[in-house]
Amino acid sequence: MPLLEVKNLKTYFYTTRGIVKAVDNVSFVLDRGEVLGVAGESGCGKSTMAYSIIRIVPPPGRIAGGQVLFDGTDLTKLPEEELNRKYRWQRISMVFQGAMNALNPVYTVGHQLAEPLVYHKGMDKREAIEYSKKYLELVGLEPDLVKRYPHELSGGMKQRVMIAMALLLKPDLVIADEPTTALDVIVQAQILNLLKDLQHQLNLSIILITHDLSIIAELAHKVAIMYAGKIVELGKSEQIFNNSRHPYTQKLLSSIPRLRERRKLEFIPGVPPDLRAPPPGCRFHPRCPFVMDVCRVEEPPMVEVEPGHQVACWLYTKR
Amino acid sequence: MTQQPIIKVQNLKKYFPLRRGLIGFLKGAPIRYVKAVDGISFEIKKGEVFGLVGESGCGKTTTGRLILRLIEPTEGRIFYNGRDITRIPKKELRPLRRELQVIFQDPYGSLDPRFTVASIIEEPLIIHKIGDSSRERIELISKALEEVKLTPPEEFLWRYPHQLSGGQRQRVAIARALILKPKFIVADEPVSMLDVSIRAEILNLMEELREKYGLTYLFITHDLAVARYFSHRIAVMYLGKIVEMADSDTIVENPLHPYTQALIAAVPEPDPSNREKRREIKIKGEVPSAAAIPPGCRFHPRCPYAMKICKEKEPPMVEVEPGHQVACWLYAKA
Repeated sequence: MPLLEVKNLKTYFYTTRGIVKAVDNVSFVLDRGEVLGVAGESGCGKSTMAYSIIRIVPPPGRIAGGQVLFDGTDLTKLPEEELNRKYRWQRISMVFQGAMNALNPVYTVGHQLAEPLVYHKGMDKREAIEYSKKYLELVGLEPDLVKRYPHELSGGMKQRVMIAMALLLKPDLVIADEPTTALDVIVQAQILNLLKDLQHQLNLSIILITHDLSIIAELAHKVAIMYAGKIVELGKSEQIFNNSRHPYTQKLLSSIPRLRERRKLEFIPGVPPDLRAPPPGCRFHPRCPFVMDVCRVEEPPMVEVEPGHQVACWLYTKR
Repeated sequence: MTQQPIIKVQNLKKYFPLRRGLIGFLKGAPIRYVKAVDGISFEIKKGEVFGLVGESGCGKTTTGRLILRLIEPTEGRIFYNGRDITRIPKKELRPLRRELQVIFQDPYGSLDPRFTVASIIEEPLIIHKIGDSSRERIELISKALEEVKLTPPEEFLWRYPHQLSGGQRQRVAIARALILKPKFIVADEPVSMLDVSIRAEILNLMEELREKYGLTYLFITHDLAVARYFSHRIAVMYLGKIVEMADSDTIVENPLHPYTQALIAAVPEPDPSNREKRREIKIKGEVPSAAAIPPGCRFHPRCPYAMKICKEKEPPMVEVEPGHQVACWLYAKA
């Protein structure tokens, strides 16, 4: 049984100006010890998809359909109390976007690290702080840091604290939402090295969400490319980076400037659609260079083009 | 590309004083300074794209603002077309402002949300008294919008910034910078807030305009890959100093300064075989505060090759090959 199986997940935002289908029929599986990278432009629904897994979508957002099977249990059907007690942070934790600002400035690092241990494990505070020191060492920090306040730490150190916090309860799955976006390139490389080490060491499953495909290549075994609320291509990292099929993925890859080779960069003309009224048929068709008649009227199904490599595009499907 | 420099900067410095606390004040403690830019010199040739690369807090944005005289330098001189503009009074500066323009990083913050696109671009025209009537100005604005490919212009003139996408906003910012027909543009991280898929579109547009109007850019970025793509030459800054400067291919293919080498080694690339290896980052720790710059070579506490002299004396900038300068004791004689 896979660790996580997301089936036809739909998360909609019910706004006064219409329903925004931020995540629309998304399915994937994730095995134990596997890293899934989720990439796409801003507003494609990648963060909302991640929030849906542990049900922290802010209102007016709501899970409108589908299943999130974690170790066989459908998290979307679970009572809030049980989800809190057994799953959130305990088995699925998260490293948030802009994590540098996620620490509370008026409490010490130790106090904040102790919190989940007190809540979930029933430790007393002193015991919890003692216990959390081990985790600071695990992420390459001095255990003495428990006495410090967030403003005394650099950006990279804060990010390490956030990672330690996510690992404290020995979760099976860590969701990392843009974990290195605000960091400088050298610190980013150090954090990526740390995540690599920890992933091997603890056999973690990670869902890595970022707009930066280069970061995904550093960590992910599997990659999902999202566009306008849907996964348009899903496959092993090698398949996506070396043999992508969907025109969107291909364009996205050729728009990344590479340091070590010089070539003309491409771009994708136009803008992603308004998710309140996505275009009919394939949602990428208004920007697609290979658009055909069928693309404008009918949505392409997800088909397998080689083992483990799925793509939703009419170029690869017969009607 | 002619050889005459359009911008020349000599030993430029900008120190920001730090506020003393009450106790420090009573004790008469000396005022401490953040040395944001600490003695940099370079020339930018006409028609060139000069990339200024470094991590946050290295002084690259301050350098851009100094050249435009948006802030006053503490020391050093700035020449524009051979003329010293370091201390010229505000009144004389105004005509120069037409020729020296800026594009900011944040297309969400740099456009006034209460102004329409037309009035955003019209403002510089009014300030510099260009165009006699509103109709004439609107014509100029429409042309500028066409120039940045916001077509048809009628469709964009009366929109507000919130009705535009990030890429469209950045085009408006470019149109505003271009409307006065400048010669030199400071582009401060113009694409870093945009989605990857549209970055190339903005960069290609900027390149097209450079060729068409013979523009010169100071291109400020933290992203070496983007810098290499867009610039002819690159200067790498660390804690207020330029540590290495060369044409962009040389910087990437033959970096000499240990800091440049680390920066290049740290850049991730979309290649899945990277998953199997750790990135070897030889340098330790993080950038120290610009208020407490280490003595000697300011990079020495993090440098894997630090020698005795590095702790004592600041390395001079030496030319190791034509057009390739580096400030490091590994390449200089004491």
